[in-house]
Amino acid sequence: MSEEIKKKFLYVNRKAPYGTIYALESLEVVLIGAAFDQDVSLAFVDDGVYQLKKDQDTSLSEMKNFSPTYRALGDYDVNKLFVEKESLEARGLTLDDLMNLTYEDEDDDWAEKSSIHVITRSELAKLMEEQDVILSF
Amino acid sequence: MKFSILVSEGPYQHQASDSAYLFTKAALEKGHEIFRVFFYHDGVNNASRLTVPPQDDRHIVNRWAELGKKYNLDLVVCIAAAQRRGMLDEKEAKRQGKNADNLNEGFRISGLGQLIEAGIQADRLVEFGD
Repeated sequence: MSEEIKKKFLYVNRKAPYGTIYALESLEVVLIGAAFDQDVSLAFVDDGVYQLKKDQDTSLSEMKNFSPTYRALGDYDVNKLFVEKESLEARGLTLDDLMNLTYEDEDDDWAEKSSIHVITRSELAKLMEEQDVILSF
Repeated sequence: MKFSILVSEGPYQHQASDSAYLFTKAALEKGHEIFRVFFYHDGVNNASRLTVPPQDDRHIVNRWAELGKKYNLDLVVCIAAAQRRGMLDEKEAKRQGKNADNLNEGFRISGLGQLIEAGIQADRLVEFGD
């Protein structure tokens, strides 16, 4: 019934992956939302950039390491992940510290492309301006 | 205007639910439509029938339920968030082999698709959280 409407959804991830449940439950919404054929983007700001950190090891904290799930996003056509440059820099992180998340571009002979785009704070503001629905976690 | 509301924090612990309630009530009184109120994260606890606040304080759960009854609101609690926090309706309690359920009258438990649909169908989705 809602399939004919296509809106721009932006999921804003602001929190570190394991201190609170926001990151995990945000990812659950993204995965369910992928079935609705909307125009989906994800933004990672503040401590939210840590959600994409590679080599996460939660064994000592006994938390469930859900970071492998981000790798599945490409298969669900969720392939616009925007990471705020200023948030990375403030934490001494670079693109090389993040997981290598990719998708296969069906419009380009299934070429494997990166889903992660580092953008500036002002570019992110512009991206937010373009959205119909913003969910903040 | 047609609004959907997302409540992302629990009652009493955080003011988000109070603000969401007051916004919802004000919007309805101004003649706007509320497509759905969706409770997520600790927000699912806003639907606990076992909530017993001090008598001189607001009763957040009953207040939502009464507003829901008056305006025939669709008050939806996320099933995944609810189950990990011990919030069950009668049917789900039976299915999980639990001897109690605690979903207040006027609320219903459903999936996250209801949140996405709320975003698609409403003119504005307004989130109340931290």
